[in-house]
Amino acid sequence: MKRAQFSRPLFPYLLLVPQLSIIAVFFYWPAAEAIRGSFFLEDPFGFGSTFVGFDNYYDAVTGSEYLNTARFTLVFTALVAFFSLALALLLAVKADIVLRGAKTYRTLLMWVYAIAPPVAGLIGILLFDQSIGPITDLAGLFGYELKLGVNYWDTAFAMVLVSVWKQIPINFIFFLAGLQSIPRPVREAAMIDNPSGLSRFFTITFPLLAPTGFFLLIINITYALFDTFGILDILFKGEPANNPITLVYKVFLDGFRGNDLGGSSAQSVILMVLVLVLTVFQFRFMERRVHYN
Amino acid sequence: MAQVNIQSVNKVYANGFAAVKDVEVQIRDGEFVVLVGPSGCGKSTLLRMIAGLEDISSGEVAIGDRVVNDIDPAKRDIAMVFQNYALYPHMTVFDNMAYGLKNKGMKKGEIHTRITEAARMLQLDDHLTRKPRQLSGGQRQRVAMGRAIVREPKVFLFDEPLSNLDAKLRAHMRSELKELHRRLNATFVFVTHDQVEAMSLADRIVILNAGRIEQVGTPMELYHQPASLFVAEFIGSPAMNTVPLGTRLGGMLANTAGTLPAPAMTIGLRPEAILAGPAGGPGIKGHVAMAEALGAETVLHIEVPQGGTDTRLTTRVSGETRFTEGDELAITVDPSRVCWFDHEGRRIATEPATQPAPRKEPLPAE
Amino acid sequence: MTDMTTASPIAVPTARPRIRWNRVGDHAILIAGALFMLLPVLLTLTTSTFDNITIHRGGLQFAFGPDGFENYQKAMFEKGGFTKTVDGMRMMMNSLILGLGFAVGKIVISMMAAYAIVYFRFRFGTIAFWIIFTTLLLPLEVRILPSYEVVQNLGLLNTYTGLIVPLIASATGTFYFRQFFKSVPEELLEAARIDGAGPVNFFINILVPLSQTMIAAIFIIMFVYGWNQYLWPTLMTTDESMFTLVRGIKQIMQVWIGANIPDYGVAMALAIIAMTPPVLIVILFQSWFVKGLVESDK
Repeated sequence: MKRAQFSRPLFPYLLLVPQLSIIAVFFYWPAAEAIRGSFFLEDPFGFGSTFVGFDNYYDAVTGSEYLNTARFTLVFTALVAFFSLALALLLAVKADIVLRGAKTYRTLLMWVYAIAPPVAGLIGILLFDQSIGPITDLAGLFGYELKLGVNYWDTAFAMVLVSVWKQIPINFIFFLAGLQSIPRPVREAAMIDNPSGLSRFFTITFPLLAPTGFFLLIINITYALFDTFGILDILFKGEPANNPITLVYKVFLDGFRGNDLGGSSAQSVILMVLVLVLTVFQFRFMERRVHYN
Repeated sequence: MAQVNIQSVNKVYANGFAAVKDVEVQIRDGEFVVLVGPSGCGKSTLLRMIAGLEDISSGEVAIGDRVVNDIDPAKRDIAMVFQNYALYPHMTVFDNMAYGLKNKGMKKGEIHTRITEAARMLQLDDHLTRKPRQLSGGQRQRVAMGRAIVREPKVFLFDEPLSNLDAKLRAHMRSELKELHRRLNATFVFVTHDQVEAMSLADRIVILNAGRIEQVGTPMELYHQPASLFVAEFIGSPAMNTVPLGTRLGGMLANTAGTLPAPAMTIGLRPEAILAGPAGGPGIKGHVAMAEALGAETVLHIEVPQGGTDTRLTTRVSGETRFTEGDELAITVDPSRVCWFDHEGRRIATEPATQPAPRKEPLPAE
Repeated sequence: MTDMTTASPIAVPTARPRIRWNRVGDHAILIAGALFMLLPVLLTLTTSTFDNITIHRGGLQFAFGPDGFENYQKAMFEKGGFTKTVDGMRMMMNSLILGLGFAVGKIVISMMAAYAIVYFRFRFGTIAFWIIFTTLLLPLEVRILPSYEVVQNLGLLNTYTGLIVPLIASATGTFYFRQFFKSVPEELLEAARIDGAGPVNFFINILVPLSQTMIAAIFIIMFVYGWNQYLWPTLMTTDESMFTLVRGIKQIMQVWIGANIPDYGVAMALAIIAMTPPVLIVILFQSWFVKGLVESDK
C-alpha cells in the first residue's frame, strides 16, 4: 500500500460498489449455490429437493464413468502441457538466438493466440474430416483409417493436437520474454565460461527460466482443464457419444444434458477445490519469485 | 515569506516506531536551513510533516502565524521538490508547472505570466512544450524547481533534490540553488544526507540523529564547535580524529594539547589541528601509512606505532608536501583547535576552541 | 528487444562469408514452427474460396479459388440458423458488442476498484481486497451451472447484460491495475496533493493518463478474451439474433450433422471472419499486447 494515501470517508466505497456488487451477484451467489446444491438431490421435475449430505460426492467419485473421465483428463492435461511447453520452449530458444527476422518469427509464432478455441476446433475438424481432411489422408497413406469422433483414441489425438497448437503461442511469448530478461552480461559470462551451447542451455538458461516455466505449467494445466472446452465441443460436433471427455465437459453434460444438478454441483465443487489448490500453489510460488528478485 | 516554528514535534508510526522525537526548531523568515543526518535519522519525515504529507503525532508545526497540523498540503503555502523530481510524465513542462495553479483556480493569463517568468529564470524557455522524458537530468531538476517557484509559496521544501545528479552537475546545481535563494529571498528547508551539500548551502544546519536534534547552528559553528562526538564525526571530510584518552595515543595527544578539562574522556582533533613535522623533530613519532594526493592538498594517514588499537590519524598538508608513503615523521597538535568530549560524547566547552586561531592567511572580514 | 549492434563480433575478421550451419538449423526449426502455426489457417483461408462440390471432391485447396466472394457474401449476409433470423453481420455486431462491452466494462470497473484499494486508507480495505481477489481462484467454467441459474432468475437470458456482466465478475483486471498502480512512484501522489489535487482530479488528470499503455494492453487482452468467449454465450443465448460469431460456429456444426455435403465453404469463411478482428488487433498492437501479457503476471 502507498505511504501517502487519501483518507476520504465515503469515496473508496463508491469506487468499489460496481465491482463488489457484480462479484456478489455473479460470483459469490453462484459459488454458494454450487456448494449448497452439491448436498441436495434435486427432483428432476422441479418439485423441491432433499438434503443428501455427501451422497452426491460419493456417487460422483465412485462412478466408473467419473473415474475414467478423471483418468483421461489427467493424461490429456499432461500431454497438452508437455507438448505445448516443450515445443514453445524450443521455438523461443531459437527465436532468441537468431537476429535476422527475429520480429517476423515472433509475429508468426504468436498470432494464433487470438484464435478462439472453437474456431481452432473447427479447423481441426476440417483437417481430420473423413472425406477432405489432409491428416486423415496422411494416415491413410500409412494404411491407417483415422476416424475422428468414432475411434476413441483418434479423437483423443485430435483433441491433443488442436489444444497444443492453440496453446503454443502464449507459452512462446512468455518463454521468449523470460529468455530476453536474462541479463546480457550473464549470458556473456556464460559464453566465456562454457564453450558448449547445449551444456550452457541446461546449466545457465534453463535454471534461470525455471520460474517462467513453473508459472506456465500452472497456466497450461488450467488451460487443459477449462479452456479446451470450446475445442472439444466443436470436435465432438456437440455430441460426445463415446468420445473421451474431460472433467469440465462432464460437469456441463451432467448439469445441462443429464439434469443431474446435485451430481454436477458436486463435480463443480471438486473442480473448485482442485483449482483452488493450483492457484494457491501458484500464488505462493509467485510471491517467492518476486521476493528473490 | 514566513518563518516555520516546529514545537516538540513527535512522529510515532502505527507499529510503534518513533521516527522523530521531540524536535524543536525555529526557522527564520528567508533562512536557508538544511536538515542533515544519516539515513533513517528522521530528516525526511520531519520535512514531510512540514509539507503535510505525514501526520504529526504530537507537537505543533506553524508556518507564519498559522498552526498547520490539520491543514491540507495544498493549503499550507508550501512547495516541494522531490528527490526523483515527481514530474507528471504525461504532461509537458508547461503543464507540469501549471497543474497546481489550475487547481487553485488561477486565471490563465496569470498562470502564463508566472510560468514564463520562472522559465526564463531557470533557462527553460525553449523546453516548455517538451515532456519530462525528453529532458536531461539537470533540466528535469529545474522543471521541478520551476513547479515550486510558480506557486510563490511562503516556504520551499527540498527532499534530497540533488542526489540523483552526477557529481559535476550536483556542484553546479548547488550554486544555482544558492543563487535562487538569494533572488527569491524565501524560506528554504532542504534535506540531504550529504554533509558537503549541507555545509555549502545552509545558513543554518539542523543535524539529526535517530530522530533527535543533535545540534542546530551555522556550518562554521558545527565544524568548530560540534556539540557532540556524533556531529564531530559527521561534519567534515576527512572526519575529525577522535581518540579516547584511556589509550596511550590519547594520553600522548592530550599531553601535547595542554590544559585538560576534568571530565574529558575523548580528545577530538580536526585534521588541520594535527601538524606534521620532519622525523627527528619534536612531537609524537609515526609514519605515513597512506598519502591521498588531492591536488591542492594531500591527506596523510599517519600510523602511530605505540598507539594500541586506535592508531591512525589523518591530517591535511599542502599539495606540495614531500611526505610520501612510508616516510617517518613527527606530529604536534595545535592546542587552540582541540575539542574535548565527556563520557556521553558531549563536547566540553573550553575557551580556545570557540576562537579558532587564524590560519596563515587571514580571512577577509565579513 | 533484440539488440542487433552487439551481435557476434567474432565473425568480422573472416573475409569470406561462410555458411554457419547451426544458424541454418535454427532458421529451419523456426520456419517449421511458423508453418505449423500458419498452414492450418492458410488452408482454411484458401479452401474457403471454393464451392462445396470442389472441396468435397478434391479435399482442402492450396491455392485461392473463384468462389471466395460468393462464400463470404453468404457467410456475412445470408440469414441462417433454424429461424433464419441471423446473418454474419448480426453475429459480428454481437461479437463486437461482447468484446467491446466486456473490455470497456472490465477496465472501468477494475480501475475504480484498484484505485480504491491502492490509494485509499479505509476501514474495510483489506476485506474488500480479499473479497475481490478470491474470485481469481475460480474460473467461470466450474460455477457455470449456478451462474446460469442466477442469470435466469434475474431474467437476463438473451440480453447483452446477461452476456457481458457475469464475465466481468473476476478480478483479473483489478489485479493487473493494482500491480500497476503500486509501481507508480508515490511522489507523484504527493506532488499532486501539494498541487491541490483531490481524489477525482488525481485519478482523471494524473493516474488515467499515466496508465494509457497499461489500459491499451489490457484492452487488447480483454477484447480478445471477450470476443472469443464460447461456453457462456452458448448457454446464455438461445435466441439466434443474440448469437456471436464464435457461438455461430457451433450452429454450423449442428447443421452439418444431417447434411450430405456439408456447407464447407461458408463454414470456413465464417471461421476466417470470426478470427480476423482479434488476430489483426493482436498483430497490429503486438508490442503493447505482449507487454501487457508478460508484465501483468508479476
